[in-house]
Amino acid sequence: MTPVLEARNITKSYGHVRALQGVDFDVMPGEIVAIIGDNGAGKSTLIKCLSGAETPDSGEILVDGERVQFTGPDSSRQYGIETVYQTLAVSPSLDIASNLFLGRERRKKGILGTVFRMLDSKGMREDASRQLNELGILTVQNMKQPVDTLSGGQRQGVAVARAAAFGSKLAILDEPTAALGVKESGKVLDLIRQIRDRGMAVVLISHNMPQVFEVADRIHIQRLGRRATVVTPQTHSANDAVAIMTGAVQV
Amino acid sequence: MKVPAKLEGTATIEPTTNLASRVRNVLYAYPVIGPVVVMLVATLVFSLLSDRFLSPDNLSLVTQQVMVIGIVGIGQTLIILTAGIDLSVGYIAVFVSIVMANIAVSAGTPGIVALLLALVVGTACGLLNGALVVGLRLPPFIVTLGTMSIFLALSLYISGGAAIRGADMPDLLTWTGSAFQLGNTRVAYGVVVMVVLVVLVSYALQRTAWGRHVYAVGDDIVAARLSGIRTRRVLLSVYAVAGLLYAVGAWALIGRAGAASPQAAATLNLDSISAVVIGGTSLFGGRGLVVGTLLGALIVGIFRNGLALIGVQVLWQEFAVGALIIAAVALDQWIRKGSR
Repeated sequence: MTPVLEARNITKSYGHVRALQGVDFDVMPGEIVAIIGDNGAGKSTLIKCLSGAETPDSGEILVDGERVQFTGPDSSRQYGIETVYQTLAVSPSLDIASNLFLGRERRKKGILGTVFRMLDSKGMREDASRQLNELGILTVQNMKQPVDTLSGGQRQGVAVARAAAFGSKLAILDEPTAALGVKESGKVLDLIRQIRDRGMAVVLISHNMPQVFEVADRIHIQRLGRRATVVTPQTHSANDAVAIMTGAVQV
Repeated sequence: MKVPAKLEGTATIEPTTNLASRVRNVLYAYPVIGPVVVMLVATLVFSLLSDRFLSPDNLSLVTQQVMVIGIVGIGQTLIILTAGIDLSVGYIAVFVSIVMANIAVSAGTPGIVALLLALVVGTACGLLNGALVVGLRLPPFIVTLGTMSIFLALSLYISGGAAIRGADMPDLLTWTGSAFQLGNTRVAYGVVVMVVLVVLVSYALQRTAWGRHVYAVGDDIVAARLSGIRTRRVLLSVYAVAGLLYAVGAWALIGRAGAASPQAAATLNLDSISAVVIGGTSLFGGRGLVVGTLLGALIVGIFRNGLALIGVQVLWQEFAVGALIIAAVALDQWIRKGSR
């Protein structure tokens, strides 16, 4: 099987700091791959390169086996790859529907849309409502409600729903549960499984070992700018993974 | 609709319990409520204190007094929505009015040509601000503080310090100051222009993708960029449109003042910011409405006019405007704090 997204030997330096020193990475269709690693191991930089927010200094990125060159966050999107950043990248004072469609708004059909550039606000609200319902994120459907008035978990839900709604192949989630309570984290993990069950692949960065071992199919362990190894929850325990992560065990 | 049972509860939006936060949420959703209430109360109070306040002649005067601030205030609103500020608005308007008058009078071109060229010049002035903000990544406050002085200097240079009388210009350039009869009130054409522009820009902000992007950029520019919005292009377009609106404001200024003078509109900078802020638009960007600015301009106009009618010294008009600005910003802070 061809990986949905694959990185081969990518490097990235910021001045003297060599954040990535030849990393390989791959994720298969319908698979949840977690990326773990200590602070400064290069997790965030790796994700930025995979999502197009940063351009690697060298190495290759392949989507469905084809070599690609991402030029910005919106270029990876054209390949069906959606990213949920830790900062969520939502616009707090815009409403839920506007946020879901931010940057790819739909216009009305006919002359209203082509000449007067009028947005299909009603259609987008209905779609947004349907998406959030399918994912079971919001049971109250006021799509006109500003995101500012939502709780942390609900905002996360909106951001993940946006990825699920528009991504066809892969969702990259950066620390999706970092700011959430236990109950809300559980919901987000359910959400991750749901989008995997829809056939999308998921790449997940997390510090939370129990969560990683709960949802991930494979775990990419990043250490000192390189991929230390890839393990599975079946073959390794969380303690093994931490040992590899910190360098206590060499692979 | 299938909603797994275990997802209920946390998914519902928590009902707000106390009155204060409920008021906040309503004000957050409808930012024009504040200015509408202030305007109605002010109108009521002044109509009780002075018989002349609600007379057709006086209402006509108030609208004419606010038309220039109202028009340039629309441009100022756009820039403040992106979390910027424009200190050069007054001198761009003055500069454009002088350019317009000079093209028409010194070069003897027809009014329509002078007007169209002036609109181009205004847009270019706005683009200059935008290019400095986007290209050099300078804070809008500093950029427009600089261009304010530059446009003042250019205005003085071109005009030689002298005003050009409206009587010497083609009729089109002073048309904004002339009025037509509507019922028992006289309405200046400039006021009509202002209202039309409020409607047009409101449409662009609320009903087009560009408008959503303007709010998103002001809200959180990094989030906007990560959402795939071309933030630099949005910012540049906002400054260009603002410049175009200032040029229309310059046209209204000539009509209102009956002349193009480098001394006109010295207070336009701060007055336009006052109108935007009193109109409920947040100085922190991302929240506000153009119609709020129209209300804000009217509120300032009503306070000035009403206080003058009841014989209060001019200095108290300034006092009142100052107090309104502080109250409006305090209200905005309160609304923002409560919503998070």
